[in-house]
Amino acid sequence: MNIFNILKEVEKVDPEIFDRLDPRRAVFKHFGGFGKKLAAAAVPIAFGSMLNKAYGQTAMPSVRDVLEFALKLENLEYFFYRRAADTNIFANAAGKTAFTVIRDHEEDHVNFLRTAISGMGGAAPTTYTDANFDWTAKGTLGNATFTNYPTMLAVAQAFEDTGVRAYKGAAPALMSNDGVLQAALQIHSVEARHAAHLRRMRRDMANGVATNKPWITMKDRGGLPAAFQGIYDGEEVTTQAGVNIVGTFGGIAIDANAASEAFDEPLTVAQVNSIVAPFIK
Amino acid sequence: MAKNTNSVPEQEVLQGLNNPFNRRSFLRYTGAGMAVSALLLAGCDDDDDTTTPNTTGTVNLGSNDVGILNYAYALEQLEAAFYTAVVALPNFSTLFPSAVERQVLTDIRNHEVAHREFFKAAITANAANQIIPSLTPNLPASALASRASILSTAKTFEDLGVAAYNGAGKLLTNATFLGLAGKIVSVEARHAAEIRDMIENGTFASGDSGIIPGRMIVDANGLDVALTPAQVLAAAQPFIMEKLNGSNLPTT
Repeated sequence: MNIFNILKEVEKVDPEIFDRLDPRRAVFKHFGGFGKKLAAAAVPIAFGSMLNKAYGQTAMPSVRDVLEFALKLENLEYFFYRRAADTNIFANAAGKTAFTVIRDHEEDHVNFLRTAISGMGGAAPTTYTDANFDWTAKGTLGNATFTNYPTMLAVAQAFEDTGVRAYKGAAPALMSNDGVLQAALQIHSVEARHAAHLRRMRRDMANGVATNKPWITMKDRGGLPAAFQGIYDGEEVTTQAGVNIVGTFGGIAIDANAASEAFDEPLTVAQVNSIVAPFIK
Repeated sequence: MAKNTNSVPEQEVLQGLNNPFNRRSFLRYTGAGMAVSALLLAGCDDDDDTTTPNTTGTVNLGSNDVGILNYAYALEQLEAAFYTAVVALPNFSTLFPSAVERQVLTDIRNHEVAHREFFKAAITANAANQIIPSLTPNLPASALASRASILSTAKTFEDLGVAAYNGAGKLLTNATFLGLAGKIVSVEARHAAEIRDMIENGTFASGDSGIIPGRMIVDANGLDVALTPAQVLAAAQPFIMEKLNGSNLPTT
């Protein structure tokens, strides 16, 4: 039996087979060594476990799964801003206006995603209400979410920075559908605009986080409680695709802080779900 | 366009990329093989084989994913040059008396230099014979004349950058490259929001796009702007001395 011929046949059906096996080709390299050592009878077993790995554990989520995941996050944001924008705890009118603008965008995203999912056929998209969400974050925030202004802004920053990382992580799973991929990118950059403004609001408010910037420095939480660290873990990388970003170029020094700020990092679906879990009933 | 991933060991891909005499192999390895017959039918442009500027000062961005990377590299070069010039202005502190605003502009300069150098290194590592050269910025003095003109130019560049990445994502066939573009575009969007707020607080994601007449920066579906390379290059060309040729870039 010729494993490579079989892989070629699979590849005709699934051009991404080699990436599924292992994006870095490491498993495949090891397999080359395997073939020589293993008895012929054992080869199909090793091959079977490879395919299982490729299609079982590491398979990309479907486009529908990604859209449903995004729909849940957008609903979380929409119902949060709907309540927040209705409060009268804003330090100034500009803050309330900003929350109203963001609330409307999140509602647009919910509607857009529902339409997109409906257009794909199959079951109707999931419907969410305010009752699906726990604004105490399982008691951690008590009733402060909508009564304490700094807390309200902190939760907003947490949701926006998470949203940016969530869309970023999901984008490669949408490559099979150009239209959906582009729309997701168009939502992703809007979430980043929101995040930047929320971070700016927290920088500029009285008794705010003076060091907070519109971008994320290393894995700094920007004054958020330690419970929110998961939102920022992994942002501290200073190397991209093997390229060290730190250095001096044309007399301009790029330090580790700038190198980390210049690139936002993705989160997996599991990581995002873990971050937002306290807010979901 | 159907998505293809490389189905040969990376070393072979790199050899194909690095060997100027092996273009046919390169096309096959990058999944562009299916496009070869179409290219031949359409009449392959001789310029397709080189990205070095010719005597008329034209820079061909090239084709396929490398062409898109060159496209991003060109835009990052422009942004880095602009902010480097801004921060180096002798009257920078006078134009921007706020230390916070000076820090913001210095940060953005550093980010854009980081992006530029990243693309330079990444393209060199993957396709050294196809990388475009350093471009010559053509920044009108008026763009650097006042706080208002600097922020207005910055807004255009940032919103354009976001729209460029949003439109180019689907043109990439390599998931790693898409992921990298995604890491950069949200930082550009953060820049755009901050610059817009510096012009008028609260306009981070509202108001006219300033790029497409009548188009809000975030539309009724809550979507940011996405532009094709042809649209972006037309807008960016006045700020770059060399003529950028994006005619070989993928369009779908």
